[in-house]
Amino acid sequence: MKIHEADAKSLLVAQGLPVPAWAVARTPTQAREAAVRFLADPANATKKVVIKAQVLVGGRGKAGGVKLASTADEAEDVAAQILALEIKGLPVRRVLVGPAAEIVKEYYLSVLLDRATKRLMFIGSAEGGVEIEQVAVENPGAIVYEHVDPLLGLPDFAARELAFKVGFGAHWKAGAAIAKGLLKTMLANDADLVEINPLAVIREHNADGTPVERLVCLDAKITLDDSALARHPGLEELRDLDAEDPADVEARRYDLTFIKLDGDIGCMVNGAGLAMTTMDLVNRAGGQPANFLDIGGGAKADRVAAAMRLILEDPAVKAILVNIFGGITRGDEVAKGLIEARAQQVRDVPMVVRIVGTNAAEAAALLEAAHFVTAASLDEAAAKAVAAAKGVAA
Amino acid sequence: MSILIGRDTRLVVQGITGREGEFHSRAMLEYGTPLVAGVTPGKGGLMALDGKVPVFDTVAEAVRQTGANTSCIFVPAGGAPDAVLESVAAGVKVIFCITEGIPALDMIPVVEMVRLAGAQLIGPNCPGATSPGSAKVGIIPGSIHREGRVGVVSRSGTLTYEAVQAMTDAGLGQSTCVGIGGDPVIGTQHIDVLKLFAEDPDTDALVLIGEIGGSAEEEAAAWAAEHLPDMPKVAFIAGRTAPEGKRMGHAGAIISGGKGTAASKVTALEAAGFRVAGSPTELPALLREAGYRG
Repeated sequence: MKIHEADAKSLLVAQGLPVPAWAVARTPTQAREAAVRFLADPANATKKVVIKAQVLVGGRGKAGGVKLASTADEAEDVAAQILALEIKGLPVRRVLVGPAAEIVKEYYLSVLLDRATKRLMFIGSAEGGVEIEQVAVENPGAIVYEHVDPLLGLPDFAARELAFKVGFGAHWKAGAAIAKGLLKTMLANDADLVEINPLAVIREHNADGTPVERLVCLDAKITLDDSALARHPGLEELRDLDAEDPADVEARRYDLTFIKLDGDIGCMVNGAGLAMTTMDLVNRAGGQPANFLDIGGGAKADRVAAAMRLILEDPAVKAILVNIFGGITRGDEVAKGLIEARAQQVRDVPMVVRIVGTNAAEAAALLEAAHFVTAASLDEAAAKAVAAAKGVAA
Repeated sequence: MSILIGRDTRLVVQGITGREGEFHSRAMLEYGTPLVAGVTPGKGGLMALDGKVPVFDTVAEAVRQTGANTSCIFVPAGGAPDAVLESVAAGVKVIFCITEGIPALDMIPVVEMVRLAGAQLIGPNCPGATSPGSAKVGIIPGSIHREGRVGVVSRSGTLTYEAVQAMTDAGLGQSTCVGIGGDPVIGTQHIDVLKLFAEDPDTDALVLIGEIGGSAEEEAAAWAAEHLPDMPKVAFIAGRTAPEGKRMGHAGAIISGGKGTAASKVTALEAAGFRVAGSPTELPALLREAGYRG
């Protein structure tokens, strides 16, 4: 699960990491109030504020979602503009307001789950502020990788090593402490990514006006492990339902994995790998899948009926392909769910059903009695579904 | 012969009295798997599966009394990492973890402990393995198999069944079929299974089933090209039509930054001498084309 920058920063602060002050505003007036405060702050060296759209997609800046303002009036105007935006299809409901930093140097630091080594890994670079993927392509030598010991974590010496390798210079102590803090944030919240870009040396003013530099987390991106959300009840509240299709929300309620796609053939499958394969074969037969839908293992009739409703909510769907390879899932349970779902269905959409494996014979008898179009192989099922979507008999 | 499980397997099922554990243990026993013990803390002394299998309180006790050398875990996600550690501590060398939904960070120290103990963990979130004719461990339906000499390794569950069924229908039997699991942190990768098949005198051909995300298939392919140049090899990759940035059910199945695409995997597999099928049903014919005469 992705969370917003402002929420990610709160999680960092909770672990003692240095993050410049910020406020979240839902209205231009709230943004103005926050701006007044930050503009009057003697530590604010630029005497400006930054206003950033809180949406769960990259490229906010390019889309006009990040802007500076020098006065409270300007901040209110800019916030109004940004709050009216839709970035990559997502409405901007909140903006983050904070002092615009005077940046001396930008770094990149993240910790993530490295599947290949089955360990956590830090990625650091003295070339921050740009996409790390771009640095990886253009200047791979500028990136430092450091694995976290699976049993010891990141001891102080390893954090120091990392800080010196990344090249924090005079700020190495802060860099090492931040690395440890990022790991703490990851472990405390079951994150699979904690990314700070930029991690920046910024110049601020002391009370007497003399400049002072410190290393701070200017931006933050955290993604959480969905499998662990149950043990962090507070984090579920950070979910942004605007960023999700209503169908996704409905799917989660029934423990289904549903992803809407652009085609016209609805797919219902048990198992993620087989669901992807079914999509691929629909495509190969000349059709376009309308969704990825994994009903999971051991699905019963009611879950099958819920899955069918989800598929039919998409008006683009012209045919449905059901592909079930019974293992834990019993074919007759799925057949009963399909028959029940069809009885309640308001829209008449042709359905091609293929059920093999556990209790397939019982399923076949039920489907035959209910006059379903069936198929023996996956290839045949895909071809029949594509033909049905095009309005021709296979 | 076979890999991971076979005639020498003595299986203990952790969580044997749970709903899933009991259902699948029954199927394993019916298949002929040497299922010698079950473990459910607090139920030691009972007999499970109509009096056929003794239940113990701990894995250590099960190992002491029955000589169990392989375990299969049906414990819920909250207790499954600990169940793996219990098997490791009891000296079990082959551990299958079927449980899905385990938080990824929980598995990191566990896979390290498994590695240090010199044990082999398959999963979590895996369907298990079958060595047709001798043993099946996990949840793969026994009926889809046929005895033979083709080794199958796959990341998925039902997609594996699809591929294996196609092989069996075409008369191509299997030495061992292994489902390694779809989680981000798993004990055994494709490449580890290929290394085991390479050592198995009764495996003459390979089927590799992969999916988008990560680079495990590419690494396995490169290893096979170097170490198994003459063995007939076929593959199937799921997710050719998956959009970028969307997680396709499996925690690992996501294309990001142009990496882990089906196209890049197919290219790597073909370069390594695998024939790559467009549908699982084409695997048997491709294996024949690759020179397999089994």
